[in-house]
Amino acid sequence: MLYNQPSPHETRVLTRRFGLPNSASIDTYLASDGYKAFLKAMQMAPDEIVGEVKTSALRGRGGAGFPTGMKWSFVPRNSPKPKYIVVNADESEPATCKDRVLMEEDPHGLIEGTMIAARAIGSEKGYIYIRGEYRYLIDHMDRAIDEAYARGWLGKNIQGTGMNFDLSTHTGAGAYECGEESALLESLEGKRGNPRLKPPFPATHGVYQCPTVVNNVETFYAVPHIINMGGQAFADLGTPKNGGTRMFCLSGHINNPGVFELKMGANLLWMIDAVGGGLRSGRKLKAVIPGGSSCPILRADECDLAMDYDTVAKAGSMLGSGGVVIMDDTTDMVAVGLRIMSFYAHESCGWCIPCREGTTWLKKMLWRMNNGEGRKQDIDLINELSKNMLGRTFCALGDAAAMPTISLVEKFRDEFEAKVRPVMVPVSGPDQLVAIS
Amino acid sequence: MSQTVNITINGRQTQVPQGTLIIEAAKAMGIEVPAFCYYEGYSLQAACRMCLVEVEKMPKLQPGCTLTANEGMVIHTESPNVVAARKGTLEFLLSNHPLDCPVCDKGGECELQDMVFRYGAGESRHVENKVHTPEKQWSPVVFYDAPRCILCYRCVRVCDEGLGVGALGVSNRGVISEIVPNGEDHLKCDECGACIDICPVGALTSGSYRYQTRPWEMTHVGTVCTHCGDGCKTTLGVKNNEIMRGNNRDRSGINGEFLCIKGRYAFDFTSHNERLQAPLVRVNGKLEPVSWSEALATVAAKFKEVKAAGGRFGVIGSTRTTNEENFFLQKFARTGLGTNNIDHHRSGDLATLLDALSGRENALASVADLYTAKGALIVGADLSQQHPLIAFQLRANFRHHAAKLFTVTPGPVREDEIALAAVRAQAGGELQAIEGLREKLAAAGDLTILFGDAIKGEAVRKLVAFGDSLGIPVRYVCLLDNSNSRGAVDMGLLPDLGPGFKAVEKPGLAAPEMLADAKLDVLWLVGANPLKSATLANAGAFVVVQDLFLTETAQRADVVLPAASAYEKNGTVTNTCGEVQKLKPAIRTMGAKADLEIIGLIAREMGINAGIWTPDKVFAEIQQTVRGYNVPAAVLTAGAAALTMPVNGRVASQARPELIRSAGDTLFTSGSLGRYSKVLNSVMESPGGLFRHERE
Repeated sequence: MLYNQPSPHETRVLTRRFGLPNSASIDTYLASDGYKAFLKAMQMAPDEIVGEVKTSALRGRGGAGFPTGMKWSFVPRNSPKPKYIVVNADESEPATCKDRVLMEEDPHGLIEGTMIAARAIGSEKGYIYIRGEYRYLIDHMDRAIDEAYARGWLGKNIQGTGMNFDLSTHTGAGAYECGEESALLESLEGKRGNPRLKPPFPATHGVYQCPTVVNNVETFYAVPHIINMGGQAFADLGTPKNGGTRMFCLSGHINNPGVFELKMGANLLWMIDAVGGGLRSGRKLKAVIPGGSSCPILRADECDLAMDYDTVAKAGSMLGSGGVVIMDDTTDMVAVGLRIMSFYAHESCGWCIPCREGTTWLKKMLWRMNNGEGRKQDIDLINELSKNMLGRTFCALGDAAAMPTISLVEKFRDEFEAKVRPVMVPVSGPDQLVAIS
Repeated sequence: MSQTVNITINGRQTQVPQGTLIIEAAKAMGIEVPAFCYYEGYSLQAACRMCLVEVEKMPKLQPGCTLTANEGMVIHTESPNVVAARKGTLEFLLSNHPLDCPVCDKGGECELQDMVFRYGAGESRHVENKVHTPEKQWSPVVFYDAPRCILCYRCVRVCDEGLGVGALGVSNRGVISEIVPNGEDHLKCDECGACIDICPVGALTSGSYRYQTRPWEMTHVGTVCTHCGDGCKTTLGVKNNEIMRGNNRDRSGINGEFLCIKGRYAFDFTSHNERLQAPLVRVNGKLEPVSWSEALATVAAKFKEVKAAGGRFGVIGSTRTTNEENFFLQKFARTGLGTNNIDHHRSGDLATLLDALSGRENALASVADLYTAKGALIVGADLSQQHPLIAFQLRANFRHHAAKLFTVTPGPVREDEIALAAVRAQAGGELQAIEGLREKLAAAGDLTILFGDAIKGEAVRKLVAFGDSLGIPVRYVCLLDNSNSRGAVDMGLLPDLGPGFKAVEKPGLAAPEMLADAKLDVLWLVGANPLKSATLANAGAFVVVQDLFLTETAQRADVVLPAASAYEKNGTVTNTCGEVQKLKPAIRTMGAKADLEIIGLIAREMGINAGIWTPDKVFAEIQQTVRGYNVPAAVLTAGAAALTMPVNGRVASQARPELIRSAGDTLFTSGSLGRYSKVLNSVMESPGGLFRHERE
């Protein structure tokens, strides 16, 4: 089932099968050009496939936005080791809920995407690492994979093309950190989900130290469409270096929240008004988190921008995972900071000191502040501690916790100051205590 | 040879091989890059973030422990940015640290303390509640206090990579992460305490040392462990004439910082309440305490009487007494008492090996060689149980140099896990099994063969012939049981061989023959306990025992003389690889005397001039008499080990393989000393077994 009505403003490429009867079944899939891209890819040389993906200017949809074609080209195809495809379906970034919709509505789209990637790098084995909270989706994907095996779209000598490819799901155990690709690989290997030292990167030393492509679910979804429509046509949907469409998860204080496929570079304010139906009950926009909770917050006056990786980065934030959180003027920014930091304190894996200790310390301070127990010096301390984490942690989780917090303190300092508990001193006279700060 | 690159650290240029870690390059220049999780020899973590350095043209600070040197790199380790980052990290680290330094065992030698003094902030800005969890006891010797833990994962790595045990892991995540043992609430491991030693803070504490003293209240005495034959240096912390702990944090000695449970904890027999502290003489069938002069007079009178009557003496020495004691004992027995009935508990056929190797150079491997050998063949020995240091060295060699290991043992051993080939062979079948490995062994490049008591007599010669046929350099280690089993052989505690393997004209009786001799008049046992498993044929024999405890043999004795342990005397011992090291007395036990002194006093009491019996003088005599022991005394005095080169010619020994049998001590047993060590008996793994390795 769909969680929201489609919007007329959508450009439906990845979501073109949404709403078809039985859209998750292989029959519907095959009836709607399913697995056509794979057969086409089998006629192409692996380099051609990688070249087409490069032309498409597809960038990783998980958050970092690394060019997908380039990532694939790092895989040493002449390596004697087996190569692996890993789908990162550990969709854990707060405010992000796109991968689940894609997998629910069109599971075969993901399978086809991995098959083309496997063809491109010469892999015969893929894993879909799905977060443990998506239990039902694991079953759902397993059914689709079973269907694909039964109809000869997975396994040995697929459709007589001579290609072998096996695919299976793997369940996460509920750790945000396992969305980080190297921690995901550790977890996939059955170890504790700590991130790995990089370099080497997964492209050369991934699962079982073998060359591996790890991409987000949505990234794989784009691949069959790129093959079908051609890389340039896909690229033309977006802005330069930001090809195609992407799934935006609009949430927060808007009238029409949901997951929408929009062109890269769509204007954020337009997105809020036209797609999201505007703010609830005529409220005013206060701030937006443009790409999941780890992105620095944008004030309302910074929101008139094109939603692509480069423009949002220039505005001092990140397009991230496409989780757009819209906040109106009733929002308490200290509470927002506490909510975000509570998440990161809970999810820090504990591997490195700054993130492990910093997130919890900041959470405790923000809790005090939000509960009227803050001191004036705490505001600067929150900012300083966040900066002490920023760029100094082992993986990006520390940055993810620090960046929104720094932006909140710097952009909404007045709200923090308003929550400071006044320091009362006793004086002589009728009023026993007087606030001095 | 890798390429050399030019790098600049803090404005000073240097050349290092490409790929050198920046933290090591800086260290070589005398620049400290602080770190908790980085530990040379173990896998890289980059977890503590203390070693962040600034590299020009790199936007972010980089961890010096994983960053490798590349041409033209310009690094700053003291820039304002780096200093601020260190301070910030330490502040984070202290936010949940209990700061209980005044009661913490580690106070005074704590790396966190040192770092905060040097790089940290003096005042805390953390006013929140700290995370606290109660302290846990994991085993009789290991306690864990999670709040103090900084999660550097050194303990996890030393246990997994260093010891091959892998008893530790991490549970939970984020700020409540903590180290956990494999049994969830208890350890099942070697109980070696390496995790405690390597812990930079007071998170892991020792069951025997905790809350007893402070580091600066102790004197630290570097001596040699008295248990197995590997000869680890152990530095004993001594306070008020009591040994508080053993460790080797300064990495002096052949073992670096490695110690097993015996070297680290099993010194406690020295203060066991059954320790003999007065001589005992049998009066009316009962052993009564007497004065030293009375006891010595009794012994001397009897010895003189038997000697005058031309009676038979039997002398059995120890595998733990010093070279000086062994040398002096055999000298006194041969010249003073006029007997060649001298023996000790033989645990390996060293004499045959040396004979088979006669005429060669570099045919024996040192402990250090085991870390660099390209291949190692382990025959009939459970190294992790019997020779923990050798096992540790081989494992480090495998880890760092991908050494090729081969095991030929009657049952599973831990080395199987890292071996290229692991073959099961029952007694007598070893050589055949080795033959099956011929091609793989020859491909190793060079080979060190370590063999236990399974290979003796003719088999040793066959083994050496096999080694010769491989066409690669082969070296040998004859594995022997105890701290000076090697020295006992070298010093001539044998009926047929004198010091330096010189043949004796009229060979005497071997130990079992002495016991079985119905005409034996005197049996003199210096630190030996043969009557634990044998009986004395002549019930009327006069038995003199020098020992620490009233052992089975001592209970039968007519005179018992309380001896000092290895931790209470001077002298030298030789390990199983032939490396000689110096003992230093850590404590004194009232009433006990060193065996050397006891032997000397007996000689004096008998009116025999056996020479001066101070360890230094006897060692000087050994240097002149025993081939291969002419090592510089200064090296030994400085606390280092010197490799002896015992013989280079034929050894005219009588092959007596039936006399050679290892006592089969495990990691948790150590002859009679082990029985009097509370620690060894307290751990759940005790007594353990050989060739029964199972992966936890």
